[in-house]
Amino acid sequence: MNKQLFARSTRPAAVILLLAFAFSIPKLNLGTAGILPGQLNSPGSLQILALMCVFGALALSYDVLFGITGVMSFGHALFFAIAAYMPALAMNTWHWGFYQAVALGIILPPFVALVVGAIANRVSGIAFAMVTLAFAQAASIVISDNILPVFGAEQGLTLPSGNLPSPMVGIFNVQYRYWLCLIVLIIVALLVAWVTSSNAGRVWHAIREKELRVSVLGLQPYWHKLGAFVFASFLAGLCGVAYVITTGIADPSITLATFTLSLLLMVVIGGSGRISGAILGGLLYEYLSQRLAGLADTPAITRLPSLLSVPFQQPTFTLGVLFILIVFFAPGGLIRIPERIRSRRRRDSADDTDEYEPLPEVADSERIGGAP
Amino acid sequence: MSTVILLLLTGIGLAGLYFMFASGLSLIFGLMRVLNLAQGAFLTVCAYVGWALAHTGPDGHVTTARLIFALVLSTLCGGTMGFITETVFIRPLYKRETEQLLITVGLDLAIVALVSGLAGSYERVLTLPTWLSDSTTVLGAHVPNDTFLTIATAIVIFASLTIGLRRTRYGLIVRAGVENRDMVTALGIDVRIAFTLLFTLGGATAGLAGVLAGIYEGAVTPVLGDSVLIFSFIVIIIGGLGSLLGAGIAALIVAVVQQFANYYLRPGIGDLIAVGLLAVFLLVRPAGILGRERI
Repeated sequence: MNKQLFARSTRPAAVILLLAFAFSIPKLNLGTAGILPGQLNSPGSLQILALMCVFGALALSYDVLFGITGVMSFGHALFFAIAAYMPALAMNTWHWGFYQAVALGIILPPFVALVVGAIANRVSGIAFAMVTLAFAQAASIVISDNILPVFGAEQGLTLPSGNLPSPMVGIFNVQYRYWLCLIVLIIVALLVAWVTSSNAGRVWHAIREKELRVSVLGLQPYWHKLGAFVFASFLAGLCGVAYVITTGIADPSITLATFTLSLLLMVVIGGSGRISGAILGGLLYEYLSQRLAGLADTPAITRLPSLLSVPFQQPTFTLGVLFILIVFFAPGGLIRIPERIRSRRRRDSADDTDEYEPLPEVADSERIGGAP
Repeated sequence: MSTVILLLLTGIGLAGLYFMFASGLSLIFGLMRVLNLAQGAFLTVCAYVGWALAHTGPDGHVTTARLIFALVLSTLCGGTMGFITETVFIRPLYKRETEQLLITVGLDLAIVALVSGLAGSYERVLTLPTWLSDSTTVLGAHVPNDTFLTIATAIVIFASLTIGLRRTRYGLIVRAGVENRDMVTALGIDVRIAFTLLFTLGGATAGLAGVLAGIYEGAVTPVLGDSVLIFSFIVIIIGGLGSLLGAGIAALIVAVVQQFANYYLRPGIGDLIAVGLLAVFLLVRPAGILGRERI
């Protein structure tokens, strides 16, 4: 009991310390012992950290649908891709200024989501996943098959560096982009925390628990699910804008169905239904996929036989295996492992073995599966 | 006129591919409420196995005997993958459909990545025996012979699955399970045998479809399975989940429309129309052409 009180009072302090550290990373000239490609504040390291922040935020935006509202979308990539492509398109083709283009990237996704969500939410469960997949796939075909050549087909669209404010250009200014991505992550986390503790968020939770009960109470699950969809897409849009500014390019790989599936992997690996879990999943996923691929070119790895170098050359393989292990052995994700161990220990130490104490994450997973 | 006939026949060939792949998916979903996303990966692996087996000869020349050998072994390979997936990964998560779906997502991503890592992402061109790479003139259209092979295989699979479902005891269990799984269990029949059977069959048809897809495309790549998978989803949803005949009809509609639009409008538009068809069907008739219930 005392321990719990202690934990609760130290939590805000720990978060503030963590944030202070995160903000000061570009000023810390520390060695990373190979965890990152160079010194902590070297451009290579900061680029990876910036992308990790983007994917932490994106995973959280996906978890608004998957973990909080309990609906499975296979089309989340669409909104991220719109927000990445549209500013690049506006600046290249329509010669818009940077800030107008960014505003377009932020405003457009929720409106598209309103239309797509209004149609897709007429069905639920696996059919919802399929309709959202269909819309995302349509966008992917339009871009990759060069149906609208303005999107640059397989090459993607590069941001014109001349039109960007100077902190957003060049390898030595990467710290500003890192700060930008970190701020996006914090904004997304705060928005999700705020909305989920509001009335709307409680209804979303209730929809995950049992949609029928929500409609029996006189609420309209359709409108609430649509609201969650639009909100999640708006957040994904913020991430998309941060992504295109950080990488300088909107490439067709972010429109693929496998990209949305990788979001599912992030959320489940970290721990769905919890803000820290989804963020952890996104950070870890992006870190591993960047670093494993980075290590694949080092002589130690290239000398290995091809079967052993696959986990490095193809980070998706490693992450897919990790994901399967998590689903089997730690269904609540990495974030819930400490409390799983704690509750197991408590159960083992209890003399009265008849006392039934369900693991929270098992209950969780059944609740998510309860889509009608 | 000859172009129309050519497009029609190659469209039917493509429909055969979609059907082979979708039949397993549709039956598995009808019975178990699990969409086996890993099936795309099965197809890719078996396409590579088939490619490697077909080119085993000392001269690298693909003979008819080697091609048949490759088709048979790829089917077995797909069946084995389906069997292992069901018994090792799906069974422990019985009645937890979301986790089962997640596992198949993980398997799909991991297997496709493994294949890309081991085989490289470049295309493996599949050479064919001359009788298969030639074309036959039908009403003035030069139709590649492999189209007929695919159509014939699809018809054989459709016929044997239909007979298997209608005339055998396991077929009866599967049909009853699609209607009402709990009732079948309540009658003391172990439905899980049917689960394993369907996963194995689904894997086997995916394996066969893998080699045929390689022949159809002319080459094998790691993304072969994923491209077939998306259109097969469209097929099973339009056809009605759990219905073989529905999947067959939907495969014909989707593939023929896709083929004509890709030719007469521009490449890619046909794919877009297929995706649009899915959205329209789900909203107008969510149960699909021959499905019984909303999904």
